Amino acid sequence: MAAAGSNSGVNGGPLSGGSIGVSIRNATRRYGAFTALDDVSLDVAPGEFLSLLGPSGSGKTTLLGILGGFTVPSSGSVHFGEADVTFVPPHKRGIGVVFQNYALFPHLSVAENVAFPLRARREPKGTWGRRVAEALAMVELAGYEDRAISQLSGGQRQRVALARAIVFRPRLILMDEPLSALDKQLRESMQIELRRLHRQLEATIIYVTHDQREALTMSDRIAILRGGRLAQVDTPERLHDRPASAFVASFIGESTLVPVTRSGPDSVALGAATLRSARPLPEGAALLLALQTEKLIAAGDSVPDGYNRLTGRVTDIVYQGESLKVFLALDGGPEISLRQPAHHAGRRAIPPTGAPLTALIHPQDTIIVPAESA
Amino acid sequence: MTHPGTDLRRHERREALLVLALLFPALAVVTVLLVVPLAWLAVQSVTADGAFSLEHYRRFLAEDIYWRSFLLTFRIALIVTVLALGLGYPVAYAAATLPRRWSVVVLGLVILPFWTSVLVRAYAWMVLLQRRGLVNAALQGLGLTDQPIALINNEFGTVLATLHILVPFMVLPLYATMQRIPRDLLLAGASLGGGPAHVFFRVFLPLSMPGVVAGTVLVFVLALGFYITPELLGGGRTFMVSMLVSRNVEIYNQWGAASAIGVVLLLCVAALFWLASRVVPVERIMGAR
Ligand SMILES: Nc1ncnc2c1ncn2[C@@H]1O[C@H](COP(=O)(O)OP(=O)(O)OP(=O)(O)O)[C@@H](O)[C@H]1O
Ligand SMILES: [Mg+2]
Repeated sequence: MAAAGSNSGVNGGPLSGGSIGVSIRNATRRYGAFTALDDVSLDVAPGEFLSLLGPSGSGKTTLLGILGGFTVPSSGSVHFGEADVTFVPPHKRGIGVVFQNYALFPHLSVAENVAFPLRARREPKGTWGRRVAEALAMVELAGYEDRAISQLSGGQRQRVALARAIVFRPRLILMDEPLSALDKQLRESMQIELRRLHRQLEATIIYVTHDQREALTMSDRIAILRGGRLAQVDTPERLHDRPASAFVASFIGESTLVPVTRSGPDSVALGAATLRSARPLPEGAALLLALQTEKLIAAGDSVPDGYNRLTGRVTDIVYQGESLKVFLALDGGPEISLRQPAHHAGRRAIPPTGAPLTALIHPQDTIIVPAESA
Repeated sequence: MTHPGTDLRRHERREALLVLALLFPALAVVTVLLVVPLAWLAVQSVTADGAFSLEHYRRFLAEDIYWRSFLLTFRIALIVTVLALGLGYPVAYAAATLPRRWSVVVLGLVILPFWTSVLVRAYAWMVLLQRRGLVNAALQGLGLTDQPIALINNEFGTVLATLHILVPFMVLPLYATMQRIPRDLLLAGASLGGGPAHVFFRVFLPLSMPGVVAGTVLVFVLALGFYITPELLGGGRTFMVSMLVSRNVEIYNQWGAASAIGVVLLLCVAALFWLASRVVPVERIMGAR
């Protein structure tokens, strides 16, 4: 039943099993008096790569557990395509799951681990060898069939877990922070590999992470969770450019939130300065300006037209390898920071600590969000 | 000024001495309580009338009561072990998989009997199983039998009472192993399409094997040397090796013969242990991991 979907994709690899849409409707999960997931509704398109991003304890694993069938929602429902699967046990859902700690079977070899789903699904025995080899080739572990799990490195284990989750052509793959145990370099190469696999498999992937860069790198859309609620679901670009709340603005990218007052339909006042935004201001009296460090430009000798200007004094300059982080105390106000490329021209534009500096920000990058109502 | 290298070496030597000092009490106890008596046992077993002799061992070949007693002992120990595994596995499984609150209750019930003495429990079984005991009275009262059934003074009584005492020794190592099996593995098995039975047989059971071996060896070895329970419930008719030893000492005052039996039994156990340790490392059998 797992591979019942179309298997005809022209650019689909031998493992592609088609994909399926997922829809979560008003899912709530309570543990006693505590609500771990609060009325979450989310639609995932077939073939989409969606990341669940949020701070620790925000309900990411709980939501994934509801999709995987390990956790039954206290209320609400889960649908795969047209089918309501809210109460379908995990082994009948036909999904591939990669657990945070891989959950490989230590008493089985690599090949036996990867063959586990085929055996469990009573797939014809004659096909196991070929399909295991294909899956292992896909994660670049061909030839590792007979290794014991204990003889693998962390990255190799991760890839075996992946091969095991894709070998039976699931239409939906769930991953819970699969790369969190890897070092930075391996993590980045696995991210690229996962993107490639996603295209090849044509499966829907729901991916949990608390690393925003990872989410930005891989996802079609990102769902940001906070305290069991969905804060925003959007493409990486839109999350960056149009955060719906101060929480999202501070969570995505690296930004300083500064209180401002409304001074016009599309402009705000910060001390003596007036800043124009390219988008209409949100409702509400209390507004915050989200200044993303990389969107601020240190003004050189000439100031181009159309930019908002912020003047202040340099309080600190931190050298961070590929960039400099410059702290700037605004005239009559808060301290903000901006990021300057560490090339020669970039460094020359920054005056020494204590000197005045004008920072520019384009109205397109001037993001105003409503302040949190406490 | 001393060279840093010498400093380090002196430090290491001091540490080694410290470890030795810490180990000393345990080593002393083991030596006095185990090594010395065993050596004495071995010496006695090859001594007759103050001189070296293999007479006590020759008896194993000559008198068939020795043979039959060993066979009986191994058979009873085997039956008890198999039954203990059959009864203990589900209990340990329940204790390892139930929510914490309930697993505490199950384990408590398993451990509770440890608080009563083996002797008391043997007499309790005698009260229950004797000709006019509770069980026979109930069976007759229900009209299931006309005459009392022989429930003690035979193998049945011996096995039952021994089993009762040894089941916890099966459950505890099983539980220790099962409880370490990561729950994620079971969830992973299910998510990959394995039904409950498939996940049990392909994942849970193989991963619980160290506990099975540990519990089996423990119960089997303990059953081999059981004395009071078979003595009381076997009624002298189930003549186990331990009783052979005690008769030799108490009635015939034959310390040499008794020692020889002990040595043979010890060697049998050692051989078994060696076999088991080839399947599972010794540390695991002992429950360390
Ligand atoms: N079985 C449970 N019983 C009680 N509370 C639970 C249970 N499982 C999760 N929770 C609570 O629900 C909340 C959400 O947990 P969840 O595991 O979904 O967080 P998460 O977003 O995955 O966090 P992390 O990034 O740390 O993995 C947490 O506050 C957690 O304490
Ligand atoms: Mg989690």
